[in-house]
Amino acid sequence: MAKVQVTMKVNGAPAEGLVEPRTLLIHFLREQLNLTGAHVGCDTSHCGACTVDLDGRSVKSCTMFAVQADGADILTVEGLAAPGGTLHALQEGFREMHGLQCGFCTPGMLTRGYRLLEENPRPSEDEIRAGIAGNLCRCTGYQNIVKAIQYAAARLAGAPVKEAAE
Amino acid sequence: MIPGAFAYHRPKTVKDAVAMLSELGPDARPLAGGHSLIPMMKLRLSSPAHLVDLRAIGELKGIRAEGAEVVIGAMTTQHDVIADSMLAARLPILRETALVIADPQVRYVGTIGGNVANGDPGNDMPAVMLCLGAVYQVAGRKGERRIAARKFYEGAYMTALEPGEMVTAIRIPVPPSGHGAAYEKLKRKVGDYATAAAAVVLTMSGGRAATCSIGLTNLAETPLWAEEAAKAVVGTTIDAAAVKKAAAAAEAIASPASDNRGPAEYRKKMAGVMVARALARAKTRAG
Repeated sequence: MAKVQVTMKVNGAPAEGLVEPRTLLIHFLREQLNLTGAHVGCDTSHCGACTVDLDGRSVKSCTMFAVQADGADILTVEGLAAPGGTLHALQEGFREMHGLQCGFCTPGMLTRGYRLLEENPRPSEDEIRAGIAGNLCRCTGYQNIVKAIQYAAARLAGAPVKEAAE
Repeated sequence: MIPGAFAYHRPKTVKDAVAMLSELGPDARPLAGGHSLIPMMKLRLSSPAHLVDLRAIGELKGIRAEGAEVVIGAMTTQHDVIADSMLAARLPILRETALVIADPQVRYVGTIGGNVANGDPGNDMPAVMLCLGAVYQVAGRKGERRIAARKFYEGAYMTALEPGEMVTAIRIPVPPSGHGAAYEKLKRKVGDYATAAAAVVLTMSGGRAATCSIGLTNLAETPLWAEEAAKAVVGTTIDAAAVKKAAAAAEAIASPASDNRGPAEYRKKMAGVMVARALARAKTRAG
């Protein structure tokens, strides 16, 4: 099948490439743009490890073709930290509150957490849990992930943050 | 998992889309949110030669009031349905249903048109549309027509759509203000299809049910409109005896398969339980 040209903005920079129409967005990001932060987890749109932010929505990049993202503005986990390397409040929160163990789900948790806080800057615990319902973690039991997002929400609001987890 | 190869098309108007679907024939599939179709393609259970992506067609998006109806464009996402304040006020059952579909990421992309048109008995919106008496607006090579949701579903993945036709909008008669509605869904976990689910819309008058409509999800090859179950509560105070009769009538028309959500007998029983719970909740909301 003939390849088609796709152009998009990824982490603030223009990106383009030739893809087969059947190329999934996750494979375009990882294999052609070398952005390996988003992970292929379940590959069946259940686990959320492949989550990226696309035109202001959290999407599972394993369930979208790269051609569908033509013209889109995408943020992957690589684009979260400031250019100098200063961590985003969410990344800091995951570090401080032990929001990860193996780390496989973390890029998806971070990009999903980013959109959640953009839409709802001070979510309740229940709203956080509902907001990350499409992201599976098999290590933490979610407790510290919720705390990490609460930490980031407080940090972004300029409020005092809770002490780090034990 | 990599899907089979296909050619990709992105028309800008409904007219162009239906022309493409007619010309390309049965090997072409319309692509809405893709969250049913793309997983099937990755498993190679579906291998269309052409995908006609509907996302650039502006006329398929949006929610508006038109007299006594609400009209929802087929490409409106579940996320948009949840966020719409007019729908929350006039048709709150849609928000309640959309919130139990899949997960946030899927709802940002998945569309209401795809949900009703795919014919998947596991999808939640079709039973709600049967319950509400919605009508689907359909475009094809020969022009437009309307199909009642109650006449749309013919079997699993089989609908009244002719080759080359697509659903462009959903027209829903708004129930009277003061109606009570509820969607009760039993599922094993977030993102799962229903073990059993029931939609109820009713109105009360003088403490008794004046009207009632009930739809059932994932309990047969098609969504079910449970007319007998609804009749069992009209004219009653929705007391325990009426609820029991309604639940039994729902169980009588349910014919679920045994699957990893449970044996058929259990799922049938849960049809009745979901009807009873939805009736109770809809009643408390009416007034």
